[in-house]
Parts: sequence; C-alpha cells; structure tokens
Amino acid sequence: MIFKLALRRLALGVITIFVVSVLIFSVTELLPGDVATAILGQGATPEAVAEIHRELDLDHPAYVRYGRWLEGFLKGDFGNSLTTNEPVSVQLVPRLMDTLALAGLAALVAVPLAIALGLLAAIFEDRALDKIISTFSLATISVPEFFMGYLLIIILATNLQLFPSLALVEPGMGIFERVYAMALPALTLTFVVMAHMMRMTRAAVIDVLQRPYIEMARLKGIKPWRIVIQHALPNALGPIVTVVALNLAYLVVGVVVVEVVFVYPGMGQYLVDAVSKRDMPVVQACVLIFALVYVLLNLLADIVGILANPRLRHPR
Amino acid sequence: MSDPLLSVSNLQITVPGADGPRAIVENVSFELQRGEVLGLIGESGAGKSTIGLAALGFGRGAVRLSGGEVLLDGEDLRQMSEAQLRALRGRKVAYVAQSAAAAFNPARTIGEQVIEVQLRHGLASREAALDQARTLFAELALPDPEHFGDRYPHQASGGQLQRAMIAMAMAGRPDLVVFDEPTTALDVTTQVEVLAAMRRVIDQHGTAALYISHDLAVVAQMADRILVLRHGRMVELDTTEAILHHPREAYTQELVAARADRMKELAHAATTPLLDIRAVSAAYGGGAHKVLFDIDVSVHPGETVAIVGESGSGKSTLARVITGLLPPAEGRIEFQGKPLSPALAQRSDDDLRRIQLIHQLPDVALNPRHRVGDVISRPLSMFRGLRGRELETEIARLLALVDLDPALARRYPVQLSGGQKQRVCIARALAAEPDLMICDEVTSALDPLVAEGVQDLLLDLQRRMRLAMLFITHDLGVVRRMADRVVVMQHGRIVEQGTTSEIFTPPCAAYTQRLLDSVPEMRIGWLAERLDVLQTQPV
Repeated sequence: MIFKLALRRLALGVITIFVVSVLIFSVTELLPGDVATAILGQGATPEAVAEIHRELDLDHPAYVRYGRWLEGFLKGDFGNSLTTNEPVSVQLVPRLMDTLALAGLAALVAVPLAIALGLLAAIFEDRALDKIISTFSLATISVPEFFMGYLLIIILATNLQLFPSLALVEPGMGIFERVYAMALPALTLTFVVMAHMMRMTRAAVIDVLQRPYIEMARLKGIKPWRIVIQHALPNALGPIVTVVALNLAYLVVGVVVVEVVFVYPGMGQYLVDAVSKRDMPVVQACVLIFALVYVLLNLLADIVGILANPRLRHPR
Repeated sequence: MSDPLLSVSNLQITVPGADGPRAIVENVSFELQRGEVLGLIGESGAGKSTIGLAALGFGRGAVRLSGGEVLLDGEDLRQMSEAQLRALRGRKVAYVAQSAAAAFNPARTIGEQVIEVQLRHGLASREAALDQARTLFAELALPDPEHFGDRYPHQASGGQLQRAMIAMAMAGRPDLVVFDEPTTALDVTTQVEVLAAMRRVIDQHGTAALYISHDLAVVAQMADRILVLRHGRMVELDTTEAILHHPREAYTQELVAARADRMKELAHAATTPLLDIRAVSAAYGGGAHKVLFDIDVSVHPGETVAIVGESGSGKSTLARVITGLLPPAEGRIEFQGKPLSPALAQRSDDDLRRIQLIHQLPDVALNPRHRVGDVISRPLSMFRGLRGRELETEIARLLALVDLDPALARRYPVQLSGGQKQRVCIARALAAEPDLMICDEVTSALDPLVAEGVQDLLLDLQRRMRLAMLFITHDLGVVRRMADRVVVMQHGRIVEQGTTSEIFTPPCAAYTQRLLDSVPEMRIGWLAERLDVLQTQPV
C-alpha cells in the first residue's frame, strides 16, 4: 500500500522533472539574443556567426539538441560553458556544495526554531507570547530578503562588528571559520523562511488542539506540554512536513539573491553571471538542478506525510 | 448513610454572553453514594454534559463553574488549582465520551492510550498497566484481548472503540465515572453489547457513575436514581422506579409518554406501485465493493415504507441508488410505470422534482450562507418557475405548512434549532411538490420530544398530500409509528419484508427478532433479561 503510493509519487516526480527539462530547454531557446553575436559583437560577418554555430553545435534542429542535452545530463555531462569552455560540471559541483552548505546551515537553525516557536505560540494561543512570536515572524516575512540582508549587515557587521559583511569562503577553511563567514547570509535566510513554517506549525497544532481526543487527554489528567508533544504534534505532522519541505526547497532556490548580496560563491552567483553572459549550458544546468532539488524535497515530504498517517501505515 | 462520594450543591455554571455571564446550569444539587449510578436525562441544552464535566472540575471552552459546590470525597473541585485537578482526573474520576471514534487519538495505538492514565499518574509500571489493560479488554469482551491494544483506533469497530474507551476510563480504577451518552452513536444491537459491558464492569469494580443520556429507556437499565433536567434546572430527582411509573412533573410524564409504543393504522395498498425496484445490485469503487444485492422493493402512492437495519446494511446506499447519486450495477428502477434513468445526469427535471431526499443531519444539508427563504426558493423557481410576489407567498405557505413562523424566512440556519432546521429541509423537499420523499434517518439526530414533533408533522403531511415516503431508520419505535410496510435489510440484502403488523408479530426472521429485542424497553431489569437470553442462544 505505502510502497505503491510512494512509487506513484516517484513516477510523478520523474514526469515533473521531464516536463521541466523541456520547459527549460525551450525557454532558453526562445530567449532573445544569440551567443555568436554575444561573443563576436554586433559587427560580426554571417560567415563567422555560422562558424561559431557549427563549433557550438547550434546548427542542428532544436529537438536533436534537446535529446543530446538530456542524454548528457543523465550521464552527468552538462556540456561545456560557452564563455570559459570548461565542462559545466567541473565548475558547478563545488558551487552546488557551497550553496547546499549555506542552505543546510540556515535549515539547521530555522526548522527546529520555527517548530518550537510554532508550538509555543499554539500553547499560548492569543496570549502575549503568541502575539509577540506572530508579530515578529510576520515582520520578518514582509521584508524582502535583500533588504533583510542589508539590514543585518548594517546592524551586525557595520555597527556591532560581530560578523563579516562579506561571506567569503575558500577551500581549506576550517568548519568554524566557514560557519562564522556564512553567519549573516544564513541568518538572513533563517528569517526569511522561518515565519512560514512557524505559522503553519501554529495553525496545524491549534487545529488539532480543538479535537475531542485532546479534551479526552485533558480529562485523563495529562500535563499540557505532554498533550501537545504526544497527542497534538503527531497528528499535525502532515501539514508541517509539507511546509518544511517547501521552505527547504525555497532555501536552496531562493538563495540566489542572498548569495549576491553577500558575494557568496554559490550557485546563485554562478547563475546570475551565466545569465548576463548568455552562457546557456550553465543556465540550463543550474535551473534543472534547482528543479531537481525542488521535486526531490517535495517527494520526500509526500512520503513522510504518508508514513505519518497511521491509516496508511497500518491498514485494517 | 456514609459520606457521599460526590455532593453537588447549588451548582451554577455560566458562559459569557453579550450582556454579562449567562447561566446554563442553575441551582442544581444532588448526591451520589459510592457504587451508585445516577442517570442524568433531558434534551440537548438541558445541561447534562456540562454537569457531567463539572464532576471533573472541567468547563468546555468559556464555560465557568461560577457558583455552588462540587465536593468529591469532601473536597471542593471549584477551589482546586489546575495541577490539583489534573492529579484527580483519570485517577479518581474518569470520563467516557459520546463518540469513541473522535475521543481516541488516531495516531497512537489503543493500548498506549488506555495505559496512559496509569503511567502518567504513576499508578503502575508499563508492564503491570499493560497486563491490567488486557484483563479489562477481556472483561469487556473485546476480541483477542492479548493483542487488542496493539490496534490503532481505525482498526476497531465503533462498538469495540466504545468498549475500549470504557477500559480507558476504568484503567485508573476511578471511584467515579461520567458516562456522557456513551451509546447514542451506536446501532441498537451494538448498544446492547456496550450497555452489558458497562453494567458488568461497574458492578465488578463497585464504581459509582453519572450516566448521561436523552434516552430514558437506556438510562432505566443503568441507573439506580434519575435526575431529570430541563434548560439547566432540575425538574425531578427520584428512584428509577418512581420516575418510570409515578412521574410527578408534567415534563417527566411527557418524556415517559414519548417512548411509549404507538402503531400506525394501515393505509390502503394501491394497485400500481409508484416506485418499483427490481433486482437491483450496486457497488462502490467501480464494482470493487459490492454493497447491495438483488433488491426488490416497491412503494405505492400515499404509502410509507420503512427500511430498517444496522449501519452498513445498505439502507442509505439504496437511497443513493433511487435518487440517482449512485447508478445501480444491475437491475432496473421504474417510476410510475416508466423506467427511470440510472444516472442523475440523464434524468429529466421532472423526474428530479418527483423524488426528493431529506438528510439525517440538517446542519450539513443546509448551506449556512443562505437564508431560509433562499433555501426554499431554489426548488420553487427551478421546478415551478415562481417569481416575485408569488414566490414570497409560496415560501410563507410552505413554512406555515411545516409549523414554522413565516418570519423565519429571513433567518440564517445557524439561528435555528435542530428541529427547526429539519423542518426547513422538509419544506424545501415539499416545495418541489414531490410524489416520493426519501427520509434518511431524519429524526435520529433530534431529541426525543422534538423528533416526535417532526414525525407527527410527516404523518400529517402524508395524510393530507398523499405523499409516498421511503423512511430509512434504525429506530424500530419510529417504524411502528410511521410505516405501512417494513423492509428489513442486513449486509446489503433484504432479510424480510411485509406490513408493519406482520413484521412486528412473531414469528419473524431471526435477524428481525434480534433487532426488535435489542430496542431498550422502559422497565427496570430489561437489560438483565436480554443478557440471559443472549447467553442461552448466542447470536
């Protein structure tokens, strides 16, 4: 039963990735401008343009190139960068690792914090603590992330001088040095994603706290915190996990702006550079990897959601 | 007599209202001795559950115990802190809720929830608690008591869950258990089993109980004394014997009379049936799950046919098939001699108009955002093309027909009582001028006196308008009053059908007999007799 459901989700995920890959390919095809003219400049002769086209394999019809691209992608070969002529994979992997490290650090702080605050807000529903938590998290979510980034730079880097304003990480840095360097971008991301998860935890737990079995637990003389942890949380897990997964995906994808603000050498910087240089193989690879992360995390959330449902775990 | 276990005096309970606190329970006083069972009876809104929860020092939502005393073993619950109350709940006084399906946490096993009281109050080790739980499961006749606790709530039936909740209440060996309508959500046959289990466990452990119900016959089986409540005030408090046989107050007399049997006189059987169902079978899930097998039923003009059976017997599915919500897999349905399209979408507007359905829960069947007038005007404008002044007049006439004030047309459903809402549903069905009304458990969610009023209304309307009715119910008392003919169903098949007097006169099919015997009778000792019979001839 569970296996079948998980398999169906997996199949759906594969189809989604496929559709996304077609979309990415056609959109980059449709983008105005041409690599050849970008490289050679406006005054290029038609012969020279054709020469470049042949060199870059652009003279075949689109579907053939799509087929080759997808085939290469499955083998881990994303083609060569048009600007540096290096294999994309060589450039991309270390940057992807850096981005994942940043997103991971933010998630490590944001997820437990958001769930704990959400639980607190639910227990103290409509009382002062709930109001403070809710107002604070709503304030952080209504500020654009680049603004939040600059705000933190002004306060924590410029005025208090606690953290560096530029998140410069280099190979060979120790773990603590690295975390210290990433502190500000990670904090910015934490603020950005926390509110959503905290609100959902609060709403889901409050919803469950209205159920008759919670009243039953109270009438059995169970302590309030135990009721929340043991009776409410397991039943609120489904919606919470879904939102956590969405926000984790957002962390990886939405990191673009924050990386640029803090000059962090991750996927975001790489993608922005590639777009401005019309380096299509890099753009395609980056976007497809983002899509892959998104689909994978949602798949994971779905599977955890299925596992959290006792009706599916233990059929009659 | 020794000191009472529970002593309630001048209890006052309030909820906050627009202009200051409003009392929902006033001046209620009673005592309960150890091992005694006191029945609390009354309509919904009488304050039964509120008083029951007050015995645990608990008020739902904004409900406050604002005056008087609730002494449990001499200590006033009203003066206790939340922590002191917590130490008491589950250990000294326990609660059994109406719906076990809702009161069990779906994410945890039944066993975990049953032993929770002992673990959290430090009464027993995990092993000892599990052991006691198994013994309780066995005492309550639950299947496979050794492993019953490993099941999740969705893996047990309604009757089993209800018994498991009794086990959960008894686990802390409380002195007092509050039973809040514990069998209301169950079928008659299941109800007998649960009542028996409760009786046995209470007797064995010498537990005192408050037994809350709106069904006097059920309370009569359980209680030593009965307290009749109305609008949050005491009407009468006396021994069960006295309440049943010599009720002093007019309201109590009415309650006793509402349960008394009345049999409907037989209508004339007409020649051609209005509705003729031949060899109909139906299934859910694209034929995977068969629920109806080879059903033959006919309804004549002006006749009431009752369909009875336990839940899961296919009664409501039959209604879905007739109304076209579920096209039958086999067989045919004729209406006034002409075949009726199996699917809803293929039926003409006139076919739709002629068959109207009234639901069990008026709360769900009325759109909360539509005024009563809008609800009734839909069929009037759709089927009969009424507009403007004509429409207004007809809405007023229909409301008057179901004994409602025409001024209610401007109200929203939330502003009406349960009985009023069901009358609005009836008015909506009548607005279409149907030939056949299908009533699906229309009175089972209502209090007995209100239900009786709605039944009288339906009987009266039927006589005046020569309506045919298909009356789906599990309440055999209602069948006796309402039906000309009875169809008994079990597991999706017809067990027996005939005129009401034929069905109710022995000998009848074994299943029908069991249904008949399971209806609690309003006399002391009925349950014990019933159990003796069940033990000598197991079903």
